[in-house]
Amino acid sequence: METLSNYIADYLELSGLAREILYAVLIVAVAAGVFMVALTISGLLTLAERRVAGRIQSRVGPNRVGPLGLLQWLADGLKLIMKEDLVPAAADGPLFRLAPYLVIVGVFAAFVSVPFGQLLIAADLNVGVIYLLAITSLVTVGVLMSGWASNNKWSLLGGIRAAAQIVSYEVPAVLAVLSVVLLSGTLSMQGIIAAQGGWPWHWYLFHNPFTFLAFFLYFTAAVAEGNRTPFDLPEAESELVSGYNTEYSGMRFAGFFLGEFANIYLMSAIATTLFFGGWQIPGVTPEQQATSWGLQLVGLLIFVAKASIGCFVVIWLRWTFPRLRVDQLMSVCYRYLVPLSLLCLAANAVYMLLIPAGSMIDRIIHYGTAAFGGLVGLIFLWRVFHHIRSVGDRLDLNVLARGQKGRFDPRIQARRYGKFRKKRYSKETG
Amino acid sequence: MGSFSEYLANIGRSIVTLGDGLAVTFSYLLRKPFTIQYPDRTEKPVVAMLPERSRGILEIDINVCTGCSICAKQCPIDCIHIEVVKDEETKQRVLKRFDIDVAKCMFCGLCVEACPVSGLRHTHEFEGSMSDVHRLMLSFVDKPQPVAKPAKKDEPAPETKPVGSIVRKLLADWWKPANPTSGGPR
Repeated sequence: METLSNYIADYLELSGLAREILYAVLIVAVAAGVFMVALTISGLLTLAERRVAGRIQSRVGPNRVGPLGLLQWLADGLKLIMKEDLVPAAADGPLFRLAPYLVIVGVFAAFVSVPFGQLLIAADLNVGVIYLLAITSLVTVGVLMSGWASNNKWSLLGGIRAAAQIVSYEVPAVLAVLSVVLLSGTLSMQGIIAAQGGWPWHWYLFHNPFTFLAFFLYFTAAVAEGNRTPFDLPEAESELVSGYNTEYSGMRFAGFFLGEFANIYLMSAIATTLFFGGWQIPGVTPEQQATSWGLQLVGLLIFVAKASIGCFVVIWLRWTFPRLRVDQLMSVCYRYLVPLSLLCLAANAVYMLLIPAGSMIDRIIHYGTAAFGGLVGLIFLWRVFHHIRSVGDRLDLNVLARGQKGRFDPRIQARRYGKFRKKRYSKETG
Repeated sequence: MGSFSEYLANIGRSIVTLGDGLAVTFSYLLRKPFTIQYPDRTEKPVVAMLPERSRGILEIDINVCTGCSICAKQCPIDCIHIEVVKDEETKQRVLKRFDIDVAKCMFCGLCVEACPVSGLRHTHEFEGSMSDVHRLMLSFVDKPQPVAKPAKKDEPAPETKPVGSIVRKLLADWWKPANPTSGGPR
């Protein structure tokens, strides 16, 4: 940021006040850019969520607005902007109006420190990780404030639940992140990525069994912090109507909504940075990558792809798991996640003491953990195919299809139901 | 120690069950959706996709109808109105009115089972939305005509119009402004 500003100022031969003004203008421009990127990402994520949910429930999902329904999120945004912004008569007006901004600022300000590429980061803070964890805590304040100011029992319960949940899950999240910080020896996001490598066995995910565990702990805690199912107690629509945002409408509601979806991307991006090697390209060192614009672009794409897969997993979790009870929520956090993350932290410290970095044993453990991860993935794929086969269905990988072709083809019907009919018939007749 | 092994067993069980749950939903993600995108994105009209014996809007082929009124008597909600008068000149029974109130009809099929000449039948048509509920009173007789004689035992059954053609024409006619019989209650 500062180097860019200096570079332009030197090029234009500016000095004194003009230099400062240029810097200020650049800061505003970058902030606006980051905001727009975050808005677009969260908008697209709402579409992705609905499409994935559709497919998981054997539906199609929104597919009418624009080509393949890809502009649905713009239509939704337009609708929300045009809606009336209601403030209930009994609500605490100023607090009620302020709350969504805190949520938006808390999430979107964190995007400043997300390393999309080697050079593509708005501010590579030397306390990057801690900054991210701290600034997203603003969301807690916003959520609690909206719950209180709505003057509605459901909202208040939602806000209180959110506060308790986010504060509780902050502990395992930070402890899991600290394992990585311990290994890399830096808090800077770029520094953590640079300490890893392009290939999977260079990632911190597969550094040793305890970082492997730490990733899952971090991811669980991050999902809980983002108020996503199965930890969506603050919004639990079957218990609390819509929780803290019950009374909101129009663009203020959209603020909460966008904040939630931007948070999904944020947690995926942090996971990508900490555990999945960020923008590192396999077989290319960071020094080589710094010299070429093409490689920079590839790095950006790699980062976005990894983060998108993370987002997909978060969405997928939502449409798989039922919601936890409040006592189960606290039990998961304090009985399981906190002790395990403490164990991870301690074990990583011991690992660093006992096994010198780069030694033979170190490398064997990397490869072994990566192989274990691959094995888990293979077992998972086997289960997926098992479930598809057991229904007698076939794969259909055309995810963007509208799904209207051949539904009533008798051959497909026979394939879908024939097996079961035959089985049942043979059982009945003996 | 027993509780600690239980603790570990809890962790193991949750990992296995959560993983398998994810596999189930992921397998659904890879399958074809069931959705039929009615009305505009189907391979053929939905009417053609319905099962053979599905019960749609009733229709009567008045060229076969003997005016016996069994169907009207069978109807539990009296949605069939039949008027048969005797023509003084020709001494013939004349079918003056055969109306079916589709808005009332509950598609039970009792009338269809009762019809001795198989003139009354369910079609596959179901798209009968109208701006006025009275318009769903379908009139199958335009002008009075003599009732048909039931076929003798050795005669072949009389030819009937294709199923659905009569109702389709009626429903389409309702929307033509020039149609004198369209619109308004009787």
